[in-house]
Amino acid sequence: MAAAGAGRLRRAASALLLPAPRLPARELSAPARLYHKKVVDHYENPRNVGSLDKTSKNVGTGLVGAPACGDVMKLQIQVDEKGKIVDAKFKTFGCGSAIASSSLATEWVKGKTVEEALTIKNTDIAKELCLPPVKLHCSMLAEDAIKAALADYKLKQEPKKGEAEKT
Amino acid sequence: MLLRTASRRVASAVLVTPVPRAKAPTRGLRLRVVDHASQSAVPPDAVTAPEAESVLRPLYMDVQATTPLDPRVLDAMLPYLVNYYGNPHSRTHAYGWESEAAMERARQQVASLIGADPREIIFTSGATESNNIAIKELEAAIRPDTSLVSVMTVNNEIGVKQPIAEIGRICSSKKVYFHTDAAQAVGKIPLDVNDMKIDLMSISGHKIYGPKGVGAIYIRRRPRVRVEALQSGGGQERGMRSGTVPTPLVVGLGAACEVAQQEMEYDHRRISKLAERLIQKIMQSLPDVVMNGDPEHHYPGCINLSFAYVEGESLLMALKDVALSSGSACTSASLEPSYVLRAIGTDEDLAHSSIRFGIGRFTTEEEVDYTVEKCIHHVKRLREMSPLWEMVQDGIDLKSIKWTQH
Repeated sequence: MAAAGAGRLRRAASALLLPAPRLPARELSAPARLYHKKVVDHYENPRNVGSLDKTSKNVGTGLVGAPACGDVMKLQIQVDEKGKIVDAKFKTFGCGSAIASSSLATEWVKGKTVEEALTIKNTDIAKELCLPPVKLHCSMLAEDAIKAALADYKLKQEPKKGEAEKT
Repeated sequence: MLLRTASRRVASAVLVTPVPRAKAPTRGLRLRVVDHASQSAVPPDAVTAPEAESVLRPLYMDVQATTPLDPRVLDAMLPYLVNYYGNPHSRTHAYGWESEAAMERARQQVASLIGADPREIIFTSGATESNNIAIKELEAAIRPDTSLVSVMTVNNEIGVKQPIAEIGRICSSKKVYFHTDAAQAVGKIPLDVNDMKIDLMSISGHKIYGPKGVGAIYIRRRPRVRVEALQSGGGQERGMRSGTVPTPLVVGLGAACEVAQQEMEYDHRRISKLAERLIQKIMQSLPDVVMNGDPEHHYPGCINLSFAYVEGESLLMALKDVALSSGSACTSASLEPSYVLRAIGTDEDLAHSSIRFGIGRFTTEEEVDYTVEKCIHHVKRLREMSPLWEMVQDGIDLKSIKWTQH
């Protein structure tokens, strides 16, 4: 009888006693801002931060966002003669999620052709980085940056074609 | 057997060992025991109450009035009084996240007891307040000749001190009630409700090293200021705020105020020196740093700096072993930048780049130096990653660029 009571008490105690608080690995519904380790990794181990030569014909530059909004991304791609993206660099003024989104974007475009890069969707970026709903706009801006860089590259190729046609 | 051990644990937890009043704040265990035998008007049996634990006391049969604390509940509360002291609404660091997690776990526990959804549970200061929320009247009776001025004494975001004495003088001459929210000011700067002609003042416990969940309101008696009770019930607190007064919490608030009175001058001197050190070191090592708020009429312990071309939340993420706050939009739920910075006319991009450093009674010089060093290092790093910094280095005027909106 006493043993049963003690058992019940112990169970009640363990139910009440909070486990050692550990930060959950993923919080999608909670409003708390959690720096997911994937996001932090892009800042602590940066890859592809930098600039390419803006004036080069093979480089496309996309600059999206606005300082007044707290988000500016510059994404540059270098494309070879076969239309494959061989290098990509980025610089971002924005929160951790924005930095990670643009960093991931440069990783993903490398090795893709210009057409393939157009298929990169913001939802894929958000899923890979486990972005909470309030940070989805960061991934959208990264997608915009890719598209802007590709558009700039295409624009640079146009006069060449026009010149070829003329001659 | 288990019950006896439990009660022994309660007794040892309640026993207060009188310690001589500490001169300087101690690190490690941040409990300060106030020796209340000296100055307060507390009757002598209160002092000897802990010793009376060993003397026979009546059996307690008045559980409708109040109940003793279950030792397992005390065990659950204690870590959140000593170590995990974060504000559960702080969105930017682990202290806030773990406090919020604990709050949500408690909400689930309450909900599951009554078979409810956790989203249907709202926390209050007690059952009396909850009753009032349930039947709250929407119209308050306001007489035509009543008017009120309400001003913050010290702003919580930028630390600016408002000219309270001047405002009080003006209100008094115009026969207008004057209320001030002194949460960030009480115990930190000298305040006198008569000198400053304050009619109403709000006080917060957990802003002055006291417990959370308790605060106070000052209401002038001469000339009498009449207020309407927000919650009705048993008529406690002269009928102005019904509801059981939480003894442990208000004991904490009282002790915090007494200690603050003793330590105010020393704290202010020490905090001013540390603040000066922080600002000087940062400004000397980094260009393009702006301090937000009037530097003259300023409480030193609240420093708000904008680091141009670096976004606030990214800096908070980089400074992950320092608990700080930012006025940037990314750190607010609404994605709007700080309304305070907007009100003082700060450029929007600088508002996104602001960080608030708080220096308090227990902040050490080592902590300030560490924060400054990490801050300088990471601002430099983030500027290397910033397209705005790159453009400025190339001599481009950022205001001339046509940015894309999305």
